[in-house]
Amino acid sequence: MAKTPVTFTLNGEEAATFVDAGANLLEVLRRGLGDLSPKYGCGQGTCGSCTVLVDGAPRLACLTLAETVEGQSVETTGGMADGPDLHALQKAFIEGFAAQCGYCTPGMLMSAKALLQSTPNPTREQVIDAISGNLCRCTGYEPIVEAILAAARSPRRSLGSPL
Amino acid sequence: MNRVDYRKDLFADERDDSLAEIGQPTLRQDILGHVTGRSPYYDDHLFDGLLHIRCVRSPHHHARVRAVDCSAAEAMPEVLKVIRAADVPVNMNTLLSLIGFGKDDEPLLADGKVAYIGQPLVAIVARSLRAAQAAVEAVRVDYEVLPHVLDVEEALAPGAPIVNDVYPNNSFDYHERYDHQKLRFGDVEAALTQADHIVESTYQMSPIEQAPMETCGAIAAPETNDRIVCYTGTQALFFSLGVTAKQLDMPSSRLHFIGGTVGGGFGGKVDSHHEPLAVLGTLLTGRPVKYQWDRAEEMQVGAPRGGERWKVRDGVMADGRIIARALTGFFDAGAYTRLSSYAVQKSTGHLPGPYTIPNVASNVFCVYTNRTPSTAMRGFGITACDFAIECHMDKVAETVGMDPIELRILNAYRDGDMKAHRRSAKNCALIEACQVAAEKASWPLSPEASAASSLSGGGIGWRSEIPETSIDTAGQIGRRRQDGHGTDPYAGADTRGRVAAGHVDAEAKSALGNAPQDREMEADLERLGFKTGLDDRRADEIPVQAPPPPPPAIPRQSGSALFVARGNGPSLPSGFSPRSQPAPATVRPSAPPPSASGPDALARPPSPPQPSSGSSPLETKAQEEDAAPNALRRPTVSPFLRGRRR
Repeated sequence: MAKTPVTFTLNGEEAATFVDAGANLLEVLRRGLGDLSPKYGCGQGTCGSCTVLVDGAPRLACLTLAETVEGQSVETTGGMADGPDLHALQKAFIEGFAAQCGYCTPGMLMSAKALLQSTPNPTREQVIDAISGNLCRCTGYEPIVEAILAAARSPRRSLGSPL
Repeated sequence: MNRVDYRKDLFADERDDSLAEIGQPTLRQDILGHVTGRSPYYDDHLFDGLLHIRCVRSPHHHARVRAVDCSAAEAMPEVLKVIRAADVPVNMNTLLSLIGFGKDDEPLLADGKVAYIGQPLVAIVARSLRAAQAAVEAVRVDYEVLPHVLDVEEALAPGAPIVNDVYPNNSFDYHERYDHQKLRFGDVEAALTQADHIVESTYQMSPIEQAPMETCGAIAAPETNDRIVCYTGTQALFFSLGVTAKQLDMPSSRLHFIGGTVGGGFGGKVDSHHEPLAVLGTLLTGRPVKYQWDRAEEMQVGAPRGGERWKVRDGVMADGRIIARALTGFFDAGAYTRLSSYAVQKSTGHLPGPYTIPNVASNVFCVYTNRTPSTAMRGFGITACDFAIECHMDKVAETVGMDPIELRILNAYRDGDMKAHRRSAKNCALIEACQVAAEKASWPLSPEASAASSLSGGGIGWRSEIPETSIDTAGQIGRRRQDGHGTDPYAGADTRGRVAAGHVDAEAKSALGNAPQDREMEADLERLGFKTGLDDRRADEIPVQAPPPPPPAIPRQSGSALFVARGNGPSLPSGFSPRSQPAPATVRPSAPPPSASGPDALARPPSPPQPSSGSSPLETKAQEEDAAPNALRRPTVSPFLRGRRR
């Protein structure tokens, strides 16, 4: 099967790979480039576990053709931390107990990050709306909403690793 | 974080107050991995040359498989292996066989017939998911569709399709002999005749899919030391290891299982079906193999919480005391046992709920239907049972015109009370939980209810004793047959009639033709107490006691389908009146006078006739029958059940 070269920016670094026609971004990120932080939950765009940012906007990687991100900037949870320093959202999720099994967490963080980039001081309703496409079967929504609000309130600086 | 109210004032002697962690936020040990996307779920292990498994699945609830043609799939260049039932060294298994409980009743890959929609028949190992799916669609299966049954009571009816050839009566055989789990405590039948009200209802709970965010799956790969490594999302790593070793007939020392990071489980990841198939794929191809459900499979094939149907009948005095509770439960196992047999034991162990009731009887069945097999899910076996019991408590409260919380406090276990399982209740807290709930909801309670305590009033007199419990035939605790062929006081004619006949007289044939009726089970019908064709027998064959005085005939509450008319069973006593007119505190002369002085004074119904002490002709008849060839009927009272404790 013919392979197509695709190059894009992944978490600020140049990435290049060959993809099958029709390959989705989720499989290319995970198996092609080894970034395992986006998760497969449904493969049909209903659960949000595979949410990544493409040019800053949240996208469902399982429904995104890999070839369509050519030349664009892709961000994943794997690139959120600045070295050992966690992102404010990550820190707030830790402190607020906003993860149980953790499988939805990368997608939640991506949706939250997109929200805070466009709306630095969101209302509770805006937070709920932003993560409405992300399912959490452990049903830990309340701590997640609280953590996102807490991150929005926190000073925009590196908070350091808590562990 | 909000302060958590642990009511240490109530439980000061139960807990070490130095547990400083309680009520304090504590970092999860795995949370750093979760927020950085580095937690190692099973699918987060990369292998070069990974192969994928997709399964050919049954489109029918129930069908005989006449022929399977895999030739087109096998010819596909991307397909490395087509796995059939014959390729699995030990195809039949049941999960709890690892602890010696139950018979192997479920094939890893269906062989000869399919018993639920989505049951796997053939597993395709291919270079890509797409190629595996294409090969699945190229497999031709010739099905002969069979009648199916999806309802638990219909499954127990005569002539119902045989769902599972290992259990041709459509019910799990406890101890390879009993078709249900039975609980007997006191004499429900006598107590029901003395109750002011009979409150009866049926409750049905649906199956519920656990629906974890991470679908079930496993990846197997060859290691360099002749072992197979298996990364799995299982919640039950050692079940999976044991099942894989058993089904692949290989020593577990050759298996290197790695789990522990589960993307949500909730009980749905204990069935150990992915690991054997993935490891088998690796054994047959020598390559890494992943078997992962997609979301549609997770929802359709993934074993849910089993549906349960509960029939509850309470005998209640006008002041709210519950003096008898009889239950019949039907646990829908789906087509195969998995953990449902255990769930039935759990629910039986939970009865009659957290209430001190002097007369309790239950029959709970683990029933096979052509539904997706059910398995563990968060309190399975308890949740639906509690749903039924607590709905029923509200119904009882409504019937007697009593506050539902106060009704619970009145009947709640207190420390020292004897439970139906013949163990003393301890560390009881239902009363306190009710009081706190009422307080937080600003729900007014009477001074008596507010003053009640689990620490007082329990374990006194009859509350601490094991009551005389009737036993039925062959030493099995069970129902004392007052009139032999009357309607079943516990479950209604439905249950008994259906279970009675079972498949014994039916023309039902197994789909595979190799599951004859268990003759031994038939011979034991009488011994089973309920599984009996009593109605077909001559009346004089039936051991009986002197029948109780018939309850007075009174009109039933119109419009209520919940109070079932019975020819000679208990009916609503004369003291009954609708909720809008609270029942008068009078009872029939045969019942003890109600007491208003609290639970200490809860009256027991008078002792039923002693079955072993009488010498009526009927007793003699029964004793004579004891010596008959079948020698099954020995109505007596077990010394143990009279009150001795182990």
